[in-house]
Amino acid sequence: MIPLNYPFTEEQIRALQVGDEVGITGVVFTGRDAVHKYLHEGGSLPTGVQLRGGIIYHCGPVVLMDAAGQWQVTAAGPTTSIREEPYQAQIIRDFGIRGVIGKGGMGDKTSAACREYGCVYLHAIGGAAQVLAECVRKVRGVYMLEEFGSPEAIWELEVENFPAVVTMDSHGKSLHREVFAASQSALAERIASKAGARHP
Amino acid sequence: MPDPLLDSLIELIRRTSAELPDDVNAALVRSLESEKKGTIAESALKIIERNIELAKRKSQPICQDTGSVVFYVQCPVGYDQIQFEETAREAVKQATKRGFLRQNSVDSITGRNDGTNLGPGAPAIHFHQHRFPQLEVCLILKGGGCENVGAQYSLPAEKLEANRDLDGCRRVILDAVLQAQGKGCGPGILGVCIGGDRATGYEFSKQQFLRFLGDRNPDPVLDALEQDILKTANELGIGPMGFGGRTTLLGVKICAANRVPASYFVSVSYMCWAFRRQGVVMGPDSSIQRWLY
Repeated sequence: MIPLNYPFTEEQIRALQVGDEVGITGVVFTGRDAVHKYLHEGGSLPTGVQLRGGIIYHCGPVVLMDAAGQWQVTAAGPTTSIREEPYQAQIIRDFGIRGVIGKGGMGDKTSAACREYGCVYLHAIGGAAQVLAECVRKVRGVYMLEEFGSPEAIWELEVENFPAVVTMDSHGKSLHREVFAASQSALAERIASKAGARHP
Repeated sequence: MPDPLLDSLIELIRRTSAELPDDVNAALVRSLESEKKGTIAESALKIIERNIELAKRKSQPICQDTGSVVFYVQCPVGYDQIQFEETAREAVKQATKRGFLRQNSVDSITGRNDGTNLGPGAPAIHFHQHRFPQLEVCLILKGGGCENVGAQYSLPAEKLEANRDLDGCRRVILDAVLQAQGKGCGPGILGVCIGGDRATGYEFSKQQFLRFLGDRNPDPVLDALEQDILKTANELGIGPMGFGGRTTLLGVKICAANRVPASYFVSVSYMCWAFRRQGVVMGPDSSIQRWLY
């Protein structure tokens, strides 16, 4: 596992290749549907949210306040990233993001932005909310909680050794594109052979 | 005042959210054994295994998206459904407060999330009567990622060369598997309904998730189609999380419903590996007598 420590430099990010397994340590900010739409429409980042050189995490965690008044993350896996495809490239460009954590991968626009601006897509394991919550050492803050509600708010999380796989790198390569193409042609063969068997 | 039905329903929600049923767990263990060692598919499944164990031990949600809350209730004739619904709503509210469910229900017009998980259609409750004295309650928590990749095809589907026959059904079901890759957290489980109308098609497709993963369809035609889709999907190399690999699906469950001559729908619901469904049989005092899965 390759350690990926905050702050994330362009050099560090450019060295990563599709298939690399990384352990992320440092600060990440969650942001999903509402945040992406808001930024896309020209909304400004709340004071305290530092995306430049940072990582945005497509996640809506379960967070409870404990008896001491501290936020505790009790579940924190990734959400499906493709919904942010219309907005992600612009946000990578405008806010200087070095990494996007999510699941399911993203499309060609995001892949091009990763290549141009030096960013990677980091695939976390979907549904692994407990393993990933254990990597959250501390909730440093929350922004836009009132406006967007808990799952859609921006949570500032300190993570340690958060496991993810590079599935889109900064050299234009995408594992998702490759697997889709391969599985599509495998399916075409199996559809054709079955139809052939039925009508020889 | 103590309310045993309320307590039983909160416990049902807790266990559904935190513990994967045995049949799904066993299927995941088998898929881990079959993946090639040293691949990212294997790493993904190892993390999934660790996650399942951790969620159970800590009694916390397996996945942070605790999904739409869907109850299936089998009740005796004359049972007070209104009372059940009120209690179920209270159970959902309390389970949310305790963190078994995420604050997961949003007003579609205002965008407001009041944090209770209650609102029009939330939770969904399906009642059926049966001629037995006991109450049976099943619960499915279905996350948004896998719900979004559900698909309803209207045959003929020209692009897929899918006609109104079983080969056409096979083509569209496999297309749904192809399109779902990565997005619904795989390895997944398919629930399919051939026929019905647009509403009942999806409705019956989701009811297929109440079947045990290892069961066999009593209809030999549907059984053959289930086995064929499962085998073919696992030959496509999509793999866990769409990383590439040997396990794309853990199970396929198909039912058929009558249609009108003009319509031929194939409705495909997809459930992620975090297959959260449980059920209980309750005694006369509404305490939990037996777990169904």
